[in-house]
Amino acid sequence: MTLSRIFKTIFLVEFIKGLLMAIKEMFKKSKTVNYPFEKGPISPRMRGEHALRRYPNGEERCIACKLCEAVCPAQAITIESAERADGSRKTTRYDIDMLKCIYCGLCQESCPVEAIVQGPNFEFATETREELYYNKEKLLDNGDRWESVLAKNIKLDKPYR
Amino acid sequence: MMEYLQILGSEVYKILFLLVPILVSVAMIVWLDRRVWGLVQKRKGPNVVGPFGLLQTLADALKYIFKEIIIPASANKAVFILAPIVTMTLALVAWAVIPMSEELVLSDINVGILYLFAVSSLGVYGIIMGGWASNSKYPFLGAIRSAAQMVSYEVSIGIIIINVLLCVGSLNLKDIVLAQKELWYVIPLFPMFVIFFISALAETNRPPFDLPEAEAELVAGYQTEYSGMMYAMFWLGEYANILLMCAMGSILFLGGWLPIIDIYPINMIPAPIWMILKILFLFLLFALIKAIVPRYRYDQLMRLGWKIFLPFSLIYLVLTASFLFYFDKLPKGNF
Repeated sequence: MTLSRIFKTIFLVEFIKGLLMAIKEMFKKSKTVNYPFEKGPISPRMRGEHALRRYPNGEERCIACKLCEAVCPAQAITIESAERADGSRKTTRYDIDMLKCIYCGLCQESCPVEAIVQGPNFEFATETREELYYNKEKLLDNGDRWESVLAKNIKLDKPYR
Repeated sequence: MMEYLQILGSEVYKILFLLVPILVSVAMIVWLDRRVWGLVQKRKGPNVVGPFGLLQTLADALKYIFKEIIIPASANKAVFILAPIVTMTLALVAWAVIPMSEELVLSDINVGILYLFAVSSLGVYGIIMGGWASNSKYPFLGAIRSAAQMVSYEVSIGIIIINVLLCVGSLNLKDIVLAQKELWYVIPLFPMFVIFFISALAETNRPPFDLPEAEAELVAGYQTEYSGMMYAMFWLGEYANILLMCAMGSILFLGGWLPIIDIYPINMIPAPIWMILKILFLFLLFALIKAIVPRYRYDQLMRLGWKIFLPFSLIYLVLTASFLFYFDKLPKGNF
């Protein structure tokens, strides 16, 4: 050991430096946000909770092409379709198992009519598993509830797609 | 019969007046610890329950009370239950002799410092009992580590106390404080103060000496098998012990309830407040150190205790004694 090292060890120099630094850091602004009361910024590309969107006239966008079902790597989506009285093809069943979903965003990318989208909501924890097996009503309901945000996000992200 | 009841009643009343403030301050100190830790790491720390999160510990305690107490099937039931009780009782019992001011002390006994030392040494029993009775490997290893660590550092604390006692000439805690009227012992015995502080960290299993609870290797040390209120009692005892060590440090080195300087506006502040301020100052150091230091390796810990602190405090003891003898300053009290 060199002399300066011995001096440093005996007089706890490094330790006191650390202590002073800790005291200095204490008075700086904290980096965390007060989560449930304030939230951090969210990108328009955020891949959160799913939603099925509608056209402005209230007609559901989904045409049951099943591209999302095919592309889904976790096979979380189940779709059944039937022909409606007016001759259009619509889904009779659209289920997403939110527990299987890996939130990759491929369903949103594959959708030709921007029906299935992933919104900015990430706070949909539930108390039971069953509540996370989303069906068509739940997804459409999400779409109605988040429509303004979803439309804005899609518009903002359009140039990069 | 009535007389005894009356005496008992008045004693219980006095004890309650000591215990309740201590338990409340333990709760506050846990909050302060977490908050300081958070602030150093630029987090917020607990700030939701009550103003500034002050009631966080109360909420935690409530949670612990309502949790189920799980006793492992292979545990020694009686000892398993006794261990946290012993830890908490011993941590609280020691407070009986701590003087908060010249009058404010539950029992003013002449061997106060010996009592304090004895009770804080007994604290290791709670941990050993808990570790052994759990009948599982991690608690056992944690308990063994803790016992070795506490015993090692008690030796150097003992010699540091002798250093102070040499200057005072009395074992009474009040006399120790009053002897520091002219000069706090932190100035002439500064190296001893530093060693006392570091030993106190090891004695209370605080970082950087929290080997008994080293979570990476021992899960939670001797507390692994404990749950619910029993875990909370270990935890309360631990913090009461930390507070006790801070009180001991302020009595031995920082002049207890004496004001910093004895001039008019400053010495108007009542004595207990000075005492509390000094304890808080020492505790803040405890909390800051928790935030900045990494954990020691076990052999480093033992080396520090036996090869550095013990010889150094012995040498300093001889120096103090020779200095006092040579300048004829040995205390000439009524002993």
